[in-house]
Amino acid sequence: MNRIFEYLLPPQRSTVASEVDSLFTFINVTGFILFMGIMITILIFVIKYRRKSEDDVTPVITHNSILEVTWTVIPIILILIVFSWGFRGFLTLSTPPSNAYEINVTAAAWFWEFRYPDGGTTMNEVYVPVDRPVKFIMRSDDYLHSMYIPDFRVKMDVLPNRYTTAWFEATDTGQSLLFCAEYCGTGHSDMLATVHVLSGNDFEEWLETGLEVDEDMPLAELGEQTFTSAGCNACHTLDGTDRIGPSLAGLFGTDRELDDGSVVEADEDYLRRSLLDPQAEVTAGYPANMPSYAGRLNERQIDGLIAFIKELQDE
Amino acid sequence: MADNKAQTLKIREFPVEENPEHTYLNAEKGIWSWLFTVDHKRIGLLYLFSITLFFFVGGLLALLLRTELLTPAQSIIDADTYNQIFTLHGAIMIFLFIIPSIPAALGNFFLPMMIGAKDVAFPRLNLASWWIYIFGALFALYSIITGAVDTGWTFYTPYSTQTGTSVVSMTFAVFILGFSSILTGINFIVTLHKLRSPGLSWSRMPLFLWSLYATAIIQILATPILAITVLLLAMERILGIGIFDPTMGGDPVLYQHFFWFYSHPAVYIMIVPAFGIISELISTFSRKTIFGYWAIALSSLAIAFIGFLVWGHHMFVSGQSELSSVVFSFLTFFVGVPTGIKIFNWVATMYKGSIDLKTPMLYALSFLFLFTIGGLTGIMIGALSVNVHLHDTYYIVAHFHYVMMGGTVIALLGGLHYWWPKMTGRMYNELWGRITCGIIFVSFNMTFLPQFIMGSQGMPRRYFNYVDQFQGLHQFSTIGSYILGLGFMIMLVYLVWSLFYGPKASSNPWKARSLEWMASSPPAHHNFEYTPVILHGPYDHHQPIREFHMGVAKEADEQTTEAERETT
Repeated sequence: MNRIFEYLLPPQRSTVASEVDSLFTFINVTGFILFMGIMITILIFVIKYRRKSEDDVTPVITHNSILEVTWTVIPIILILIVFSWGFRGFLTLSTPPSNAYEINVTAAAWFWEFRYPDGGTTMNEVYVPVDRPVKFIMRSDDYLHSMYIPDFRVKMDVLPNRYTTAWFEATDTGQSLLFCAEYCGTGHSDMLATVHVLSGNDFEEWLETGLEVDEDMPLAELGEQTFTSAGCNACHTLDGTDRIGPSLAGLFGTDRELDDGSVVEADEDYLRRSLLDPQAEVTAGYPANMPSYAGRLNERQIDGLIAFIKELQDE
Repeated sequence: MADNKAQTLKIREFPVEENPEHTYLNAEKGIWSWLFTVDHKRIGLLYLFSITLFFFVGGLLALLLRTELLTPAQSIIDADTYNQIFTLHGAIMIFLFIIPSIPAALGNFFLPMMIGAKDVAFPRLNLASWWIYIFGALFALYSIITGAVDTGWTFYTPYSTQTGTSVVSMTFAVFILGFSSILTGINFIVTLHKLRSPGLSWSRMPLFLWSLYATAIIQILATPILAITVLLLAMERILGIGIFDPTMGGDPVLYQHFFWFYSHPAVYIMIVPAFGIISELISTFSRKTIFGYWAIALSSLAIAFIGFLVWGHHMFVSGQSELSSVVFSFLTFFVGVPTGIKIFNWVATMYKGSIDLKTPMLYALSFLFLFTIGGLTGIMIGALSVNVHLHDTYYIVAHFHYVMMGGTVIALLGGLHYWWPKMTGRMYNELWGRITCGIIFVSFNMTFLPQFIMGSQGMPRRYFNYVDQFQGLHQFSTIGSYILGLGFMIMLVYLVWSLFYGPKASSNPWKARSLEWMASSPPAHHNFEYTPVILHGPYDHHQPIREFHMGVAKEADEQTTEAERETT
């Protein structure tokens, strides 16, 4: 039977997972027994009391107090058990330990940004230590989003007007997926991030080196890396097909017709303005919903992206 | 005081006319006699036709969605179209199909007949509510043409106040449709209070009517909240009043409270009438008195009442206070108790019955199977800690469809087959009926069981692209949905066929006991040509059938039998 539940649920990779799963299992097993009881009774009745002739006479049974009290009281007991059990787990889920490692999370259509307490930011990738409580303090830049990591059994909506929090303590190193679970428009199903759970030492080491920008990396290569790490790929393709925004292939140097009718050349300056103040000059035919990257990307990353886009034109 | 004296009401038996020459169907002719009819039976059929149309439209959209989900990336439509289609599927199925389905179609037709009335209390208001419904549907159509809506049927802010699609016309459609629902509710309540025939006490009212009564109360009390909510949403979009907009000090979570304050009771508007149909079917096809009449009748009212107190269980992870979540979870479980009581009562009714597995009964048994799964998975997602994991995943989608389709739609189909001979005067083909019920039952499970598994595994809902591991289950579900669609097409064919070539139905093919079967098939223009008098309960199969044909004898009538009745 364990194999059934292992199949039904994602791997248990946080401290709360086993408690949530045990309640899931309890309700399933109890429910299954109840369900089979009802179905077998129906089956027996259908076979045993099938109509033998049109003149069948049936007894008049209007009620039976003992039976009715029984099937009222037993479900009440069961639901009280389920309620208290779920309540206990919920209490754990909503009380982050005070020593939790805090990461600030910003959700925006359609990417996740993670800011670490010692400075440094990652996008669509989050690095956390194993066996240590981690608390996400979350806010949204625009719509409602919801932070959902199935492997950890945590989910919390992310709101534009106030902080919400969620916490977990990962039990295994490795990677888990983070989904946006609250519908947020076109790119909703692409708003994914990867949670990297590192051992204590690896995490310390990553904090030292991982957040540093490699100053020697060629600009275009840095741009290519930023293209995915900053979540540009959720809306822009590199193969000429339209997604939410225009494809970046062959974009550089072309004339862009804007939604106010004016035409502007896609030069370095235009690309920079589009990153920092995207609503100012929107290409006609595309929605004006790109978030601003001002303060999210450093100068070198912006230069890198421009170099990367330039290079796409040569191919 | 002469009036206070006990009066003697003379009654006699009125034999039912078989193969009637004059029926409500041929009382008047022409399209106008249908579109502007005040006959509750014709209005019921107008609704039946309209909801069938929208059910097929909504179903077609569902098949498009399932086809797109055959592959993890884009298959046939792009993300924006996908988002519009799942919004439309939800909005059409909820507002244009399932809310009016049982009450407005079958309820309209049978509520007056079951109490021996000539019509509902306000026939013109009844016609007006159908026209309001059509007007609302036109608004919905207009919104589809002018750019559709991509917010999901829940219209959550702030997305719904900022998206470029035509949210305002869609919310106005919902606003208008709400009035149709309210008017039907008022009509039913007044009719049940004022127009019952002599002898039809509250304790002799068919359980279908108790369920419609409970539904009507929710319709009247809850629907205005929806109207206010969508009005605020429209004002937010048009005037920017900022009640939900965080940049102006509003709160998007407030919208969710408003929305679910209607929409949770609304799911009981959708399911409670189905309970009523199941009570009728199980008693009739077990040919046995219903077990626990008052328990079933009052549990409908209990569900209607508790249903108003549990809306926050849609919002455990929305950012509402943890304390609210705990209280809402606690209350939520208490909906499970009266629901369980109903299921046990239905099963107990079958004990020592004379069970005949005709098509309507097969649907009733399918209902017990599917709805029990829907109910038990409801307990699962009512549990706080498990809900955190399952909220906004396919588990919710599956649960919702097991309750709404496995529950309401299956009961509607059972009721449709059960009352088909009465409504049309024709019998459908029993063999095809049973085969189709089997197809629908199996393919329904094929479609939605895998969605429970995907949800448990962590597949979020409303996803256009999904991670590869779910592809197998998605494809299985899609194949199931195709077969399900086929099942409905077969049903459409054999039902339409029966209208023209089906054998003529007798007045009471199932030997049921409630009053609508004591009229001819199809009924006369005024249902009964006499005032029915009710001596027994609607499930008293042990009483001789002739005692169910009683009516007030006119003075000129001969061969009167006498019965005494106290009137004041």
